[in-house]
Amino acid sequence: MNKQITLAMGNGGEENNELISKIFYKAFKNDILEKSEDAAVIHGGALAFSTDSFTVSPLFFPGADIGKLAICGTCNDLAMMSAKPKYLTCSVIIEEGFSTRELEKIVRSMKKELENNNAIVVSGDTKVVPRGSVDKIFINTTGIGEIQKEGISSNNISQDDVILVSRDIGCHGATIFAAREGIELSSNLKSDCASLTHQVQALIEADVQITALRDATRGGVSAVLNEWAKQSNISIEVDEKSIPVSTEVEGICEMLGFEATNLANEGTFVLAIKKEDAQKALDVLHKFENSSNAVKIADVNDEYVGRVVLMSPHGTKRFLDTPTGELLPRIC
Amino acid sequence: MADLTLKDLYDGFRNPNVIKGLTKLINEEAKKLPHSINIMEVCGGHTHSIMKFGLLQLLPQNINFIHGPGCPVCIMPKERIDHAYILSMQKDVILVTLGDMIKVPGSLGSLQDARANGADVRFVYSPLDTLKIAKENPNKKIIFFAIGFETTTPMTTALIDVVLKRRFKNILFHINHVTVPEVMIELIDSRDEHVDSYNNRIDAFLGPSHVSVITGSKIYEQFPTKYHRPVVVAGFEPVDVMEAILMIVRQFNEGRCELEIEYKRSVSYDGNLKAQALIENYFEKTDLFKWRGLGNVPDSGYHLRPEFSDIDAEKIYANILPRKEIEDHKLCICGDILRGMAKPDECTIFGKACKPQSPLGSCMVSSEGACAAYYKYGNLLK
Repeated sequence: MNKQITLAMGNGGEENNELISKIFYKAFKNDILEKSEDAAVIHGGALAFSTDSFTVSPLFFPGADIGKLAICGTCNDLAMMSAKPKYLTCSVIIEEGFSTRELEKIVRSMKKELENNNAIVVSGDTKVVPRGSVDKIFINTTGIGEIQKEGISSNNISQDDVILVSRDIGCHGATIFAAREGIELSSNLKSDCASLTHQVQALIEADVQITALRDATRGGVSAVLNEWAKQSNISIEVDEKSIPVSTEVEGICEMLGFEATNLANEGTFVLAIKKEDAQKALDVLHKFENSSNAVKIADVNDEYVGRVVLMSPHGTKRFLDTPTGELLPRIC
Repeated sequence: MADLTLKDLYDGFRNPNVIKGLTKLINEEAKKLPHSINIMEVCGGHTHSIMKFGLLQLLPQNINFIHGPGCPVCIMPKERIDHAYILSMQKDVILVTLGDMIKVPGSLGSLQDARANGADVRFVYSPLDTLKIAKENPNKKIIFFAIGFETTTPMTTALIDVVLKRRFKNILFHINHVTVPEVMIELIDSRDEHVDSYNNRIDAFLGPSHVSVITGSKIYEQFPTKYHRPVVVAGFEPVDVMEAILMIVRQFNEGRCELEIEYKRSVSYDGNLKAQALIENYFEKTDLFKWRGLGNVPDSGYHLRPEFSDIDAEKIYANILPRKEIEDHKLCICGDILRGMAKPDECTIFGKACKPQSPLGSCMVSSEGACAAYYKYGNLLK
C-alpha cells in the first residue's frame, strides 16, 4: 500500500477497499464487522447500527445540502438492512469563521429529514477548530434502527435472484461535479439525495422476498455490483441498455469521460430480489416518485464468479469493474 | 421542438443495428482477404472505444489489432514526470496539469504522491482555467505542465497567447507535447534497440480522430506512398471504427493502398489552420523526444521557441531539473508490443511486477494501454 494516504484511497473503489481491509479490518477484526454490510446487525439481530461522515463541497447544491445528506446517508444505511431508523447522534466539526446563518440552515435541513424518517437525535458533539483545519464544516451521524426483516445480507445472493435499481443513476455525483467545476448547465439536473426508509418498509409490508439491498453511494452502482459478486460468489450479468441514465447525467459523462455506473448516488439503491417477486417489487417502487422508474438491470449466473459482466446492445460483453483512482472531489 | 441533446449527436453512431450490419459486412469482406491483417489504432481514444464497446469480439480471426502509443501520459518518460514532481515541490509553486497525469509514477512517485507530500497540484479540464488560478494566487508561481498530442497542443498555445498578451507575470510552462506521424514512422521504419530488429507487423493504420481535426489528414499522406501502409482516419464512436475497418479491408481486397477519411464530419485535408499557426508561432520541434517504451524518437516533440525562454520552466528551473536518463525496466517489452511483435501476456513481468496499480512499462500506465487493457479485460478479449 502507498506510504501516504492519497485521495484515491477514499474513493469508494479499489484503493479504498485496500485501506479499509489492511488497516481497519486488520485491527478491529470481529465477526460483525467482517460481514461488511451497510449497517452492522447487533443485539441478536434486533438492531442495525451504522455511522457516516459528511464532508461534501459545496455545502449547498441543487437538490439538497450537507444537512439533508447527513441524515439520509445514515438512515439509508440502516434502511438497507430493513431497519426503521430510531436514534441518531450528530457530531459537527466547524471551522472558525463559519456563518451561523448557514449552520442554522443546515440544521433545519437535518431536522426536516429526521422528521421524514421518524427518527430523533439523542446525543451530539460540537468542536470548533482554527481556520484551515477543516473545510467549513464536517458532520458525522451515527444511527440505530429496528430491524423489520431478518436475513437480508449481501452474502446470500444466488441465481434465484434478479437485480433491480430504484431509479436513474449518477445524479448526485454529476451534480456535485458540475457544481465544483463551475460547469453551467441549463438543465434540471439535481442530486437524488433522499431517504429510502419508506420504500424499503413498503417492500417489506408487501412481503417481497428481499435477498439484499444496498444504496449506491461512493463508487456508484459498479461498486455495489462488484461487492455483491465477490461477497456472494456469483457472476452478475448486466443488460447495458436497461440501466436508467438521465440525458443530463449522460451528457456530463460524455463530456468529462465518466461512466454513470461509477458516479455516486445518495437516494438510489440496488436490490437483489427473488425472481418470482421482481414484478411485485417494481410495482411497489413505482408508487413512489423517487423510484417511479425502477427497473430490472441484471441477472445472476455462475459464468464469471466474482465478476460483473456488461452485455452491450450490439452483442458484445465486457467486465464492469470496481472504479479505481481518484474519481471525484469529496461528494458526501 | 425539443432541444437538441448531446445524445442526439452520437446516438446514431452507436446504433446496435448499424454495428451489427457493419459486423456482417466486415466478416463477409474479410473472407476474401489475401492474408490476415494487423491494424494499429494509433490513438488511445480508439483503444478505449474498441475496449468499451467490445469491438474485437465482432471481428473475424484474420483481422487483428495492435494498440498504438497514442496515450500521452503512457508514453511520458519517468524523467519528465520527475520534472513535474520536483517543480510541484518547490516553495510557492502551484503545478497545474490535466487530470490524466495524476496517477502516473515517475522515479520519485506520482503527482498524487507529491500532493500527499504537501505539494499544491491542481487539475484542470481546460488549460485556460490556469488563468483563474494565477489571478487568485498572485504571489505564487503557476507552472502549467503541458501534455498531449496535436489535439491539446493548440490549447496550450492559446493559454500562452493570453499570458503574453495580457502580461501575466506568474505563469510558466513546462512543455511535453508530442506528435503522431513521427512515432508512426518510428514504429514501422526504425530499429528497435531492445531487440535489435527492424521488424514490425503493422499492415495498416487507423488514424486518430481529434488529432486529425487539428492537423488535417495531410500528415498521413506519406504512409500509403512512402511506407505502403493504408491509413483511414476514423471517428471515436463504434460505428466510425467499424466503418473504418471495413474501408481498410476493402483496400486490401481491391489491391489499393490509400489515405481515406471516414471521419468526414470533422476532418478536412488541411485541418485547423488557425491552431496550426498558433503552434508554429510559439513552438519548435525538439530533435529527440524520449518516449517511455520506445526510446528517443526524432522530431516527435515540441518545446518553446528560444524567444519565449522567460516563460519556459524547463530553462528557468534548469539547475534543479535532472537531465540524467532513466532506463525503462530491462524486462519490459513495450517496444515489441507496440510494434505488434508480441502480445502483453508474453511479457515475463506482465501481471506480476507490472500491474495497473504499479506500472513499469508504458502499456500498463493507463486503461488505454495494451497491457492494462489485457490485464483488465483478460479472458473476455478475443
